[in-house]
Order: sequence, then structure tokens, then C-alpha cells
Amino acid sequence: MIDYDLIIIGAGPAGMAAAVEATQRGLSVCILDEQASAGGQIYRNVSKVKQHQADILGPDYIAGKQLVNALQQSTAIHRKAVTVWKVDKDAKVAFSDAGRAEQIQGRHIILANGAMERPVPLPGWTLPGVLTVGAAQILMKSGSVVARDAVIIGSGPLLYLVASQLLAAGAPPRALIETQTRRNVIAALPYFGKALVQWRPLLKGIRMIMNLTFASVPRFIAATDISIEGNDSVEAVCFRAGGKTHRIETSIALLHQGVVPNTQISRSLNLEHRYNVQQHCFHPVTNELGQSSHPLFSIAGDGAGIGGANVAALSGRISALNAAACLKKISISERDRAAFVLQKLKRAELSIRPFLDALYPPPQSVLLPENDTIICRCEEVTAGDIRHYATLGCKGPNQTKSFCRSGMGPCQGRFCGLTVTELLAAEMGETHDVIGSYRIRAPLKSVTLKEFADLGVPTTME
Amino acid sequence: MFESIDKLHTKNSLSFTFDGQSIAAKPDMSVAAALLNAGVFNIRVTPVSQSIRGPFCMMGACYDCLVLVDGITVQACLTQVKDGMVVNRVPLVDMSKDIS
Amino acid sequence: MKTIIIGGGVVGLSIAYGLLKAGQEVIVLDGADDDFRASRGNFGLIWIQGKGANAPHYATWSRRSATLWSGFADELQKETEVDIAYKNKGGVDYFTDEQKLQQRINTLTTLRNNLGGDYPFEWLEYSDLKARVPEIGKKVVGGIYSPMDAHVNPLLLLRALSIAVRKAQGTIMTGVKVVDITAQDHDFTATLNNGANIEGDKLVLAAGLGARSLGGKLGFKVPIRPQQGQVLITEKLPFFLHYPSGTIRQVNEGGIQIGASKAEVGMDDDEDVATTAALAQHAIDVFPHLGRVKLVRSWAALRIMSPDGLPIYQHSPTVAGASFITCHSGITLSAVHARLMPSWLLHRDNAPDVSHFSEGRFNV
Repeated sequence: MIDYDLIIIGAGPAGMAAAVEATQRGLSVCILDEQASAGGQIYRNVSKVKQHQADILGPDYIAGKQLVNALQQSTAIHRKAVTVWKVDKDAKVAFSDAGRAEQIQGRHIILANGAMERPVPLPGWTLPGVLTVGAAQILMKSGSVVARDAVIIGSGPLLYLVASQLLAAGAPPRALIETQTRRNVIAALPYFGKALVQWRPLLKGIRMIMNLTFASVPRFIAATDISIEGNDSVEAVCFRAGGKTHRIETSIALLHQGVVPNTQISRSLNLEHRYNVQQHCFHPVTNELGQSSHPLFSIAGDGAGIGGANVAALSGRISALNAAACLKKISISERDRAAFVLQKLKRAELSIRPFLDALYPPPQSVLLPENDTIICRCEEVTAGDIRHYATLGCKGPNQTKSFCRSGMGPCQGRFCGLTVTELLAAEMGETHDVIGSYRIRAPLKSVTLKEFADLGVPTTME
Repeated sequence: MFESIDKLHTKNSLSFTFDGQSIAAKPDMSVAAALLNAGVFNIRVTPVSQSIRGPFCMMGACYDCLVLVDGITVQACLTQVKDGMVVNRVPLVDMSKDIS
Repeated sequence: MKTIIIGGGVVGLSIAYGLLKAGQEVIVLDGADDDFRASRGNFGLIWIQGKGANAPHYATWSRRSATLWSGFADELQKETEVDIAYKNKGGVDYFTDEQKLQQRINTLTTLRNNLGGDYPFEWLEYSDLKARVPEIGKKVVGGIYSPMDAHVNPLLLLRALSIAVRKAQGTIMTGVKVVDITAQDHDFTATLNNGANIEGDKLVLAAGLGARSLGGKLGFKVPIRPQQGQVLITEKLPFFLHYPSGTIRQVNEGGIQIGASKAEVGMDDDEDVATTAALAQHAIDVFPHLGRVKLVRSWAALRIMSPDGLPIYQHSPTVAGASFITCHSGITLSAVHARLMPSWLLHRDNAPDVSHFSEGRFNV
């Protein structure tokens, strides 16, 4: 029994745009999201923020309201605050809604579950008081809570955005500890010309950095040997920069080394993935219509490849067109005609990416941490443990997992998977594609036993 | 420390308890946000080494912010505060004390 | 003079370890990271009660292994410093169905008679059971306790075995696949997918379901089929479950493990919701408070099933020096595989009599 033509997982910009496009093309759509209101992470809580929050977070964030409104006005059924815990290859989705499990059947599924912060393992990163930069943003967006005197560690445009937002909130960061080096700048220069197509965001970035400079927010460039100190919580951040050792006291450390596609669902479906060397992460394999390696699944937004909110919205629409054509609601030629314009806009938006990727790569110390550094937060497995099991003959993440439990905790490898693959690739001298990644299984998010039991027909065990 | 940016605009109109300690919060706050705002960073201890953890990703991916609500382990960052809610730390797991 | 062991799971590594201790040179050939591996998906039980109801020799064999297990675990710990969390305080099977409970009591009584009385078990009705296991729910009608049953961490066992084998100068090649075997009496060459040729004068086929593609060349019938079992693991909880059952145990890290189902679905190790639901219901029937506990992961693995569910131990009828070993109770039998089966492989006088487990018993 088919419930919907199209099921969309994730109500961020990609999911919202896909839902609007798909309903306009005559598909019945159900969009599932974990949050109580649409927006995903980048537009989190955008329909509910108050003016003082809007002033801090900026117009790019507020622009997300349009998509939220468009979704609301569409005929898409938006299931809020649900937790998707299984997606079947036959386009059935199981999710949990206020403690009750439900299953719905679609004809096509668009995965739009976005990105997550790249794990940034460094000494002391598991201390209370260490959060991701994205977390600090979420706190401002949905909790109206600001991090005061935070030290921000890492690289990438988001550092400057959040620092600016904190500044606007009257809580300038104590320091920015940035890991990009002069060598990165030089490597990025060849891509600068192409990036100029996106001169607006470039200008925005420069303005943000200037504002931070005028506000005397200390910036340390090419920082190395970064560690976080503290007993029960963060007390200081230590690092080397400019030939000197520094120690900055703080109770909050915010980490960021870019975002990476959240591939938990696409992996659970055994869709094809490929490692992207410039971006140091896995992407699900898709064509320019967002079609994955399985006919019933398309992937849109940052979950298919990092591009930001505008790219996500365009790719959402493109994948909706793909779904509509797959379901024969529109012709192939109509799909291609409509997608052509969107693809062109998407390519233009993406022209800044190679520059940013080269300018702000994750440093080797994050990709291949020191032996003592915890890389699996849930099971407290260190990088040294992973290297050790490589010598015991563990050829891939699954054998390694079975020997040391990395990836077995409740986060199911979300925060250690990439690091484990990096470490094994380096130890084995193999490519990331050969090393592979964890086998992902249901439930994608933990759910009570009772909820599962209530799904079934009463039966006796053998 | 974390603090509310709209002290002047909205009062902390709700409160809940965390292991008996009263925590003020606003509507629409997650339990994790409210705890951070109240200066509570120590949310649980890990089962492997009993190390202290607090909220980390705020988006339901890291599972570090686990708390107990109504006897069920939930992620504090995905749980909206309700007035009068009773939140507790998850029970201590230390299997080295297993006497079997 | 080298023994090639095809298959680096619990069976292959236990045999390897035993052969190394018997002075043999050993090379183990193990597969890829994402191969089907019963050794990574099993329940971790050393379970005796109820086994071999129609096959006293299997009951005896299992029992013998259980008896040897304690010393085996100690030895592995001394050799490798890995504590494999072996616990032998006995097990309890919990019943929610009176008829099934009675059937089990009858089965165990028969076994006890067949084995000359040496088969300890105790039937506990609800109130007695409740006194020992306060967490059981009202749906439980009774349980059967047996001191013979034990459990272990099967992944730590694998890890310990691989360390022990290497320490004893055994070679383990991982990430390889045997694509061809040339076999003559005491002269074997295994060709790998990477082109390498491995030579030995003895060969043990312990490759689980992978034995099917290789067995014919060595004169084995390999009458095995996959049988899927699904297992659930919950979030870690403070310790409460002293007595593992055949379907529910608290693992040494704290999670509650629930399983396992039985399904004939071919080479399919995907988990499915209906089975998860049934397993969850079973757990809640026995321990109601588990209803509120979070399930973290479900998985499925493929058991290696012979037609009667018993192990197969077979010397090759066509080429001397080749042997085939397979079973679905690789954890329970790990001790006898390490301690006793090397003598059988080496045709020594003190070899155990495992003639009941030959392939000849099947009309294939």
C-alpha cells in the first residue's frame, strides 16, 4: 500500500525546496524531520526566532523563512519532531513519533539529511565545555543562548560567521585559533579566479574578518599542537603559533574543520559512495539529477556534497524533478528543461568551493591524530588503538570495530567513521575507497524496545 | 560560560529539575541548552571510563548529552523543556563492578 | 611442513592455536573486511542445556568443550593479556509458555538419562525464579537453570585468538580469498586472489559458508546452508542480569543482547523490522523493564547449518592431509577445537572419536 509518491527525509533547504517543487509537479509528498519546525540546521528555528536573534544571526539566515513559508503553503505533509530509524530498499521508512513507531511506504525517496561537523579529534576534545561551532550557532538560533569568551578552533568560513554572530550578540570570542597555513593560501590561489563568480559571499567573508579585526578579536593563524586542558571541564586551550607557545584560558572551546555529508542513511542502504580527495570525505555517488546508485533513491543538499544552503535548495528542486520524472509525473524532456537552469545556477554557486576547500583543509593532525587522542568518543577508543589493530591484520573499519569497539556506541560511527577510515588508509597505504567504511544498520537512531515490540504481531520465540 | 542573549526580552518562564537541582528555562529551549545556560556542563559520565561529558553537537548526532526523562534515556539537545519536567542523570554504568 | 587453514574465524583460529601448541607450523588465510562472518555476528554463548537431545554424542561433545573452557580462557588471558569476559556461573532459560517449559524439562531429563546422570539442571518455577532473578515479569512461567552454561565476549575471543596465534609464530593473512586449490596427498597449494600461492602439507577447510566453493576439490560434500540469525543490542545499563539465557544476556560492556532468530533467507544478512519487533517483544515478556531501554543496533549474521545442525568433522576421502571442519556452535566448541581437534587432524592415538560427525551420515 503506497502512502505517498515521494518521501523526503530532512526539512532543511534541500528537503523544503524538494517538497515545494515536487508538490508543484503533482506528487504527493511527505517530508520527515527531527526538529519541531522546518529549517534543518542552517535555518534552524528560523520561523520562530525573535528580532534580537535575527539581528545577530544575519539576513542570510533570515532568508530561510521564505522556504519555510513555501513548505507550509504547499500540499506536502510535514511530519515534525520524528526520528527516522530505518529506510528500506523498497522505499519504506520507519520512524518514531512521540514514542510510537510508524512505517510509511513511498514510490521514491529523497534523502536530504544534510551535513554534520567533521569530527575534530584533538587532546581534550571530550571535555565538557567543548562543543562544535555549529552547536554554538544552534544555541543562538533555538536556545537564545550565547557562548561568552569562547575560544574558536579550526578553519573555514563558518568560523568567521559564528565569530561575527557572537560579536553581534555582545559576546566576542576570546580568540580564533585557525589552522590554515600559508601553504594552504598558495594552494588556493589558482582557484581564486573561478571563485570570483561568487564575489558576494567572498566579500561577505572579507567583511566579517575585517569586523573581527576592528573588534580586536585575537586571531592566530597556522596554529599547531592544539590541545584543550581541564579536569572536569574546559579550563584552557594550548597551541603553538607564530613560533611561540600560547595558553588561553576559557571555559568554552568551539571546534570546526568544515562540514561533511551525513551519510548514515545512504550507507545503511548500501548505496555507492566515493571518497572526495579535495574535501577529505565520502560522498554518495549521484548524477547531476541527484539520482543515487539505487533507482528508488535520490540525494539532495549537503548530504550529497557540501555546497551550502543555496546549492542545497537548488539541488532539492533538481532531485524533485528527477523523482517526478522517475514516477512519470513529468516527461524526461520537461525534467531536463527545468533542471538545466537550476544546474547552471548550482554550478555558479559551487564555483567558490574549490577555493574554500584548498584554503581551509582539515590539517593532518585532525585527519590522523596522535596515538593518545580519543577518536571514538562513545567507546573511548584512541587513534593508537586503531593503528594497533591495523597491525593485527584488521583490513577495514568493520574488522577494526569488532576488535576495539570503535563505532559500536550510540552515535554508531557518526563521529569516528571518517577518522577510522583515514587512519586505516594511512596505515595500509590504501585508498579510502578500498578501505571502506562501517556497515550501518537499523535503528539509525536509538529507539525503545517497546516501540519495536509494538510494531510486531505477538509471537513466541523459538 | 553560556548565557541568555535576550534577558531583557523573555523571562525564564519555565523551570525543570536536573537531579533535583532547579534549572530555569525559556519556552522552546532544549534541555541541553537550558543546562548549558545554567552553567551545568557535567551531564553524565561515560560507561567505559566514567569520564565526564557534556553536550557537544547540539543536533542529536553525538549522543553525549544523554539524560533520563520518565525513565527513558533521551538526548537532551532534542528534548524540549516542559515546565515541571523531571530530568535525571542516566544511571552510572561501571561494568568493572560487575560481580558475576 | 605447514598446515594451511582456510578461514580465520573462531573455528579456524581455534584450530590454528591448537595446532601451533602441538608444534605445527600454521598459516591462516582470512577474507575481506566486509565478508559474511558468523564469528562477528554470534551470541557469545557456551550453551549446553538442551543441545543434542537426539544426538547424545553431540551433547557429550558440547559438555566436554564447556568443561575445558575455563582452563582455555585462563590460558588465553595469560598468553595475550586479553580478558575475554568468560563467565561460567551458569545460565537460565526463561519460559513464557508452559508447554515449551515442559518440553524442555522432558528433553533435559532424557539427556540426563542418556548421559548416565551427569547432566545437572534445575527446574525453577516462577516464585523460586523470581527470588533469584527479581527482574522477571509475570509472563514468565518458569526457568531452567544449569551450571553447565556459560558466556563469553566472542569478539574479544577472536581478538585474543589472533594475538595468541601470532604470538605462537602462526601466520595470519587477512584480506585474501582462496580462488583455487591444487591438492595431492600431503601436498596442497592454495592460490589467492592476489596471485600468491600458499603451500602446505596439510589443509584445513574452516571457511564457514565459503567452504562450499572449495570443498569439492578436496573431496568434501559440504552439505551446509546459511541460516540467518538476528541479534539486538541495547544501550549500556548498570549490571543486573547475572544469568544469561539462550536468548538474552547482558554483555560485559553493559548492553543487553537479545536474539537470535532463525530464518532461511539465503545469503541475506540484512536486518528486518518484523524480526526486530519479535525479539524486542520476547525481551519485554521476560524482563518488562526492558521496554523502556533503548535499542542501539540490530544486526544479522549467517549461521553455517548442516542438515542435522550438528558439526561436521571429516578427513578427505580422496586426498590425504585435507580436513573439513564446520559447525554453528563455534564459540561453545572453541575449547575442544583448540584442545582436542589438533590430535584428530594429526591422526594421533589420543584423537577424540568424532566419527559421528562425519559427512557420511548424510545421504547427499
